[in-house]
Amino acid sequence: MSAEATPTLTHPPLATGPEHPMTPSLHRVIERSRETADVTTLLIEPLEGPLMSYRCGQFNMLSALAVGEVAISLSSAPSERRLRHSIRDVGAVSHALCRSRVGDLVGVRGPFGSDWNVARESDRAGADSRDTVVVAGGIGLAPLRGAVEELVRASQRSAGRVFVLVGAREPSQIVFNDDLESWARRGAKVSLTVDRATSKWDGHVGLVTSLLDDAAFDPLNSRALLCGPEIMMRFTARALVDLGVDPEGILVSLERNMQCGVGWCGHCQLGPLLLCRDGPVVPYAGLVAELLTQRER
Amino acid sequence: MRELVASHTFMTGMSEGTLELIAGCSTNEVFAPGELLCAEGASADTFYLLRRGRVSIDVHAPGRGTVVIETVGPGDVVGWSWLVPPYRWTFDARAMDPVGCIAVDGACLRAKALADPSLGFALLSRVSVTLLARLQATRMRLLDLYGDHSER
Repeated sequence: MSAEATPTLTHPPLATGPEHPMTPSLHRVIERSRETADVTTLLIEPLEGPLMSYRCGQFNMLSALAVGEVAISLSSAPSERRLRHSIRDVGAVSHALCRSRVGDLVGVRGPFGSDWNVARESDRAGADSRDTVVVAGGIGLAPLRGAVEELVRASQRSAGRVFVLVGAREPSQIVFNDDLESWARRGAKVSLTVDRATSKWDGHVGLVTSLLDDAAFDPLNSRALLCGPEIMMRFTARALVDLGVDPEGILVSLERNMQCGVGWCGHCQLGPLLLCRDGPVVPYAGLVAELLTQRER
Repeated sequence: MRELVASHTFMTGMSEGTLELIAGCSTNEVFAPGELLCAEGASADTFYLLRRGRVSIDVHAPGRGTVVIETVGPGDVVGWSWLVPPYRWTFDARAMDPVGCIAVDGACLRAKALADPSLGFALLSRVSVTLLARLQATRMRLLDLYGDHSER
């Protein structure tokens, strides 16, 4: 047997996780809002005990009781002191979760996985002078929402600027419109584009990468956070590298079939990575850039 | 005019002589919002190097009105039909904002390119970059990236 070096990530996942990772804790839906025709946001709170602590980019396994369990990213920022999940109705479990009403119970396991590594507002020592380019496609803005919130707050104390570039299929599918306006009011450069314009849309029409040309960030002093369809992330990452952004400074959020959340079951394997444990947020450079171009077998 | 032409990203790397030739076919133009830079079916004798403002590439679809296919902005190029027979626009291009651009006379440039193959190559190389970028973007959009492709 030949000895092969196992490729590893340069961005280790968090060493800590929930104390009882396989035991769901009951939470109550305290607020429900409709983001788009197929995306619903649930705010939940634990029936017992304190709110879980988590970092932006991590996910929970949410269960619709008697239906099943699904991985959903946290879309709140820890500083909001709320647990918020934005769910796209694409299957039986997500459909049941989207239909939850205020007062209903859901099961929660988590938080799991790695995070965007953004400095908390309170963490002044972590203030970053780099520009941050956030590129989201569709519901991909959900795992980034908390990070953007933290970045916008931090940008008011540091030199680092925040650029939020969002692509959606059509105007009605742009999520978090209130947040986008709020971030723009607080200094973030927010740009939106759609693939299919309607008669009322007078904004940008085209691929999300086309927004990079007009975003006046400093490529040599920037990091990037990407979340959306994998093809979109691949092309966006390459475009950023072509502009001069250091590949080591590009993070992407990957999704596979997350089930256990702790790297035991192997359902979310991507090459040598178990994305529930080693991801979902991983550096684009090197191994991941290579894995994203490989066909699944 | 030469400086204005040289300042556009489309011209990056062009030789001094080539810039002179292109500048000789160019004029500075402005368009008010709503004004057409070119209209579908009309003779394509010009292309535009955008300096400021946005332009929508659109088409009239029966029952749907004007459908915007793409928007372009400063640094972009509008139009390549001037390069390919029968030299006819295939879409409308409409100013969305006050637009400032360099209008290049395509017939003038074609004549100069025929006489000077290095100019022709320089132009085609750059137009190919634009075409490739637009083709790739179009392919990506055809994938309907943000659609629900899960199997229920």
